[in-house]
Amino acid sequence: MEAFAYREVQANRSAIEALATEPQARFLAGGTNLVDLMKMGIERPKTLVNINSLPLQSITVLPNGVLRIGALVRNSDLAYDERIRASYPVLSEALLSGASPQLRNMATVGGNLMQRTRCPYFYDVAFACNKRNNGSGCSALEGFNRGNAILGGSDHCISTHPSDMCVALAALDAIVQVEGPKGERSIRIQDFHLLPEDHPQKETDLGPAELITAVDLPNLPFAAKSHYVKVRDRASYEFALTSAAVALDIMDGTVRAARIALGGVGTKPWRSTVAEQLLMGKPASEAQYKTAANVALQDAQPRKYNSFKVELAKRTLIRALLTVGGMV
Amino acid sequence: MNEIIGKPIDRVDGRLKVTGGARYAAEFQLPNMAYAYLVQSTIAKGRIRSMDVSKAVAVSGVLAVLTHENAPRLKTPPEDKSFESKLGEKDLLPLQRDQIYYDGQHIAVIVADTFERARDAASLIKVEYDPENAVFQMEQALSQAYEAKESFGRKAQSRRGDPDAGFAAASIKCEETYITPIEHHNAMEPHATIANWNGDELTVYDSTQWVLGTRKSIADLLGISAENVRVISPFVGGGFGSKGFMWAHPVIAAMAAKTVGRPVKLVLTRQQMFSATGHRPRTIQKIGLGATREGKFTVVSHRTTTQTSVVEEFLEPSGMSTRVLYDSPAMEVKHLLVRLNTGTPCPMRAPGEASGTFAVESALDELSYKLKIDPIQLRLLNYADKNPQTNQPWSGKNLKQCYERGAAAINWAQRNPEPRSMREGRFLAGYGMATATYPGNRSAASAKVQVLRDGSVIASSCTQDIGTGTYTIMTQIVSEALGIPVARIEFKLGDSKLPKGPVSGGSQTAASVGPAVQAAALSARSKVVKLAIADKDSPLHGRKEDEIVSKNDRLFLADDTSKGETYATILGRSQVPFIEAECQTRVSTREKSGDENTGTKKNEAGAKESGGGCFAATSDENVDREQYSFHSFGAQFAKVQVDPLLGMVRVVKWVSVMDIGRVLNLKTARNQVCGGVIMGLGMALMEETVLDPNRGRIVTRDLANYHVPVHADIPDIDVQFIDNPDPFINPFGGRGVGEIGITGAPAAIANAVYHATGIRIRELPITPDKLISA
Repeated sequence: MEAFAYREVQANRSAIEALATEPQARFLAGGTNLVDLMKMGIERPKTLVNINSLPLQSITVLPNGVLRIGALVRNSDLAYDERIRASYPVLSEALLSGASPQLRNMATVGGNLMQRTRCPYFYDVAFACNKRNNGSGCSALEGFNRGNAILGGSDHCISTHPSDMCVALAALDAIVQVEGPKGERSIRIQDFHLLPEDHPQKETDLGPAELITAVDLPNLPFAAKSHYVKVRDRASYEFALTSAAVALDIMDGTVRAARIALGGVGTKPWRSTVAEQLLMGKPASEAQYKTAANVALQDAQPRKYNSFKVELAKRTLIRALLTVGGMV
Repeated sequence: MNEIIGKPIDRVDGRLKVTGGARYAAEFQLPNMAYAYLVQSTIAKGRIRSMDVSKAVAVSGVLAVLTHENAPRLKTPPEDKSFESKLGEKDLLPLQRDQIYYDGQHIAVIVADTFERARDAASLIKVEYDPENAVFQMEQALSQAYEAKESFGRKAQSRRGDPDAGFAAASIKCEETYITPIEHHNAMEPHATIANWNGDELTVYDSTQWVLGTRKSIADLLGISAENVRVISPFVGGGFGSKGFMWAHPVIAAMAAKTVGRPVKLVLTRQQMFSATGHRPRTIQKIGLGATREGKFTVVSHRTTTQTSVVEEFLEPSGMSTRVLYDSPAMEVKHLLVRLNTGTPCPMRAPGEASGTFAVESALDELSYKLKIDPIQLRLLNYADKNPQTNQPWSGKNLKQCYERGAAAINWAQRNPEPRSMREGRFLAGYGMATATYPGNRSAASAKVQVLRDGSVIASSCTQDIGTGTYTIMTQIVSEALGIPVARIEFKLGDSKLPKGPVSGGSQTAASVGPAVQAAALSARSKVVKLAIADKDSPLHGRKEDEIVSKNDRLFLADDTSKGETYATILGRSQVPFIEAECQTRVSTREKSGDENTGTKKNEAGAKESGGGCFAATSDENVDREQYSFHSFGAQFAKVQVDPLLGMVRVVKWVSVMDIGRVLNLKTARNQVCGGVIMGLGMALMEETVLDPNRGRIVTRDLANYHVPVHADIPDIDVQFIDNPDPFINPFGGRGVGEIGITGAPAAIANAVYHATGIRIRELPITPDKLISA
């Protein structure tokens, strides 16, 4: 770990100014990912700006029915919030399937959005990695890529986005609220995380010194019937091989609307609008769910060690759809 | 007698452990201590062309940077049949040469005034290599596989009868290949050493399973007398075999401390442990079973191909237990080795038995379905009433009872034998079983017991407590022998100044150190009794020694409990500050012929009176053990649920019934079997070390990528013991229990998965991708 300066801020503006004046500074919230990466020599900030005192700690319902989640709300608090459990169970389930209780008690919503990949080649500075050092090459392409992405990859990077929470947020069409030197703006969750393309090191749409202040969940009544399924190598404390976040609006056996997002398979949280559209107006049947799953994975580009993910992701999605659709 | 042996008393060190009072190697604080950080190679083979350490040296607080260019020179330790002087990698003395043999080899150490500065400086060292083509996958080198000679004195190749004739005579054959991956011990406590020189004398605080092995190895490498080295290791946070033979880091710490003239603490990171502190090597095991239609074996063959490094010949002896598991007229065991540019393998909990029983016990399961015979029945049909390899009687074997009790506890009778026939909700349910086995090892040990004037006791032996409960069971043995309550007894271990104890490996500590401790305690008691008999002020004056018993601190007449007095009273009247006895027992059950675990002859054993006044080991030493074969057996039963859509396996119920002779402490024994089963569950379902296919560098080098079971993976584990004393192993009849719990466990799960799904997975671990692709 390199020596770094440390400061604490009490207001959003001072946080933003701190990063604006020191481009190599980083915000510190829960620290559950950043501190690890610093120990490994992967993140090397010159300054850590502790933002844990900022007034971004609450979950509130806005007049238009939007649920606003402060960026510093801890994953545990969010997962056990009664409004989340009742209206957006998929988000609560996704959060509780991630990490361990100790980590969830520290990790924040904003930090979870900024979580970096668990690709082993990213995590070991002895290997080439375009995400760490763009232009050095991607060791995962021809390496041990069992955990890597089959959707959204490029010749430069196939690292999987590790978050469970973000998969649920993708299904819920969440809005990320940010504040920066030029003021406030909103970013759709789908636009927040970027595909790696030829810039794997740039992972989000955040501009310099922009601070995530909140995540908004739009009103989505049928999200009360939603579910998160996660397949992994052990029962807890483990990233997804595949996962699926699903919400279904079913009336008289017909799907009126669907929300589908996949985890463990994409270089970003993977919303599948094509699969959603395919289901709309169709019978809520296992046969339709299988078709939707095939469509969701139709662009998959498996590699040597992760080809199983194509079939496993389909099955994971089918299980989620069957569970929400009441046929399991 | 107190009858304290066998009672499930709490760990005597439990309070220290849960309050943080137990001090582990890295927790000792010495004045003026400096901190070392290791640098490891990032290529798998080649030479170091140059190392630029200038930036590292320039970091504030850095005291020294040692590389092959400037590190003190080491001596090559002599060949040592006792393995006491043995570096884990005998052909790689650390920091001596520019040659790289595997990725993750130590190539430099930085010493600084803080750990953080040392680590920061380490990242600034620039290494240029001349790489060479490395061979690190077994499949790349199978043509160079050679027959191994031995595994710690046991012959690596053996046969009985005529295997070819056995196959020819078989009505049903089962020939399959099973694969186990590289696995890592991953003890909770990282490997750690503090080295402190005082003139020519070196004190080492080390996390080790073998205090005296570390002392001898470090002394021989440094070229100094072992008398000048003291090794201290009061608590070890798990070893599982990875802290048995000494790795390079303790001697590196000693070199670093010598160089900077300060105590040096060296703690390996989790990532560094993966390449530099051993592993269980990958195995490819071909099993051949031949049987009659009735299910009687005509032949058992077991051919293992496994890997070692280019700097050490370690053999994972997967076929060793196959020689003794079942009664078959013909048997063949072969072990082949391939040398690779990987870190060096070493014993890992039940080395050989854990990997080997996965293959053999899976193959038996496959055969049972071919024969349409219940898997338990197949094992009973081929039950070995005596050691099939040597025709010796067992010292004690109750395996049939293990099968019976295990089957009852898991409700085997309600199992529908048809694969994929049992459903529970959306899950497929399945039952599997396997035999567990581990040798009943015992070797020489010494111990000392002192009864102090106040009637309290200090007992000691240079053994180790690697989390198994040694402190507790030794205290129980002393308590029972003296009739003094556990609370008044202090047991000391983990210090090379104490009487000599063996390595805490091979599940032998209880069986080996226990008798020495017992003999010393009985001898000390005898001395106190004699003191009382000779003392005319004592109510015991003039009585015979065998009339006197002891309990609750008191020595008294067996037929008149009112006539007696306490230890403190007896010693209080005498002029001696304490009464002590030191005993050595030289009994061994380790095999000598190279064939089997056979006990020592009567005249080879014998307790030695080491000037310490040992009277009491006579009956132990006079047992003629040569005719017996010493092995523990058990039965493992698993129930699993498999999600057929997603390929996820959950173990939902577990029963282990173990025959380990007499149980010394039900709590610590149960704890050992539970730990073994959990490790076996990890082996079955998730543990696997993976090397980058292009560079041979481990890519699963932390606990996020190397999966060990978490609480949510573990079902209720029902551990039962037969608890019949082994009449020949030692006076209290107890064999070891540290390793048997993992044996058979992976096969029981694989067999249960087959029963649930009809899918046979022959390569561990059984992960969702394998089940959905089958």
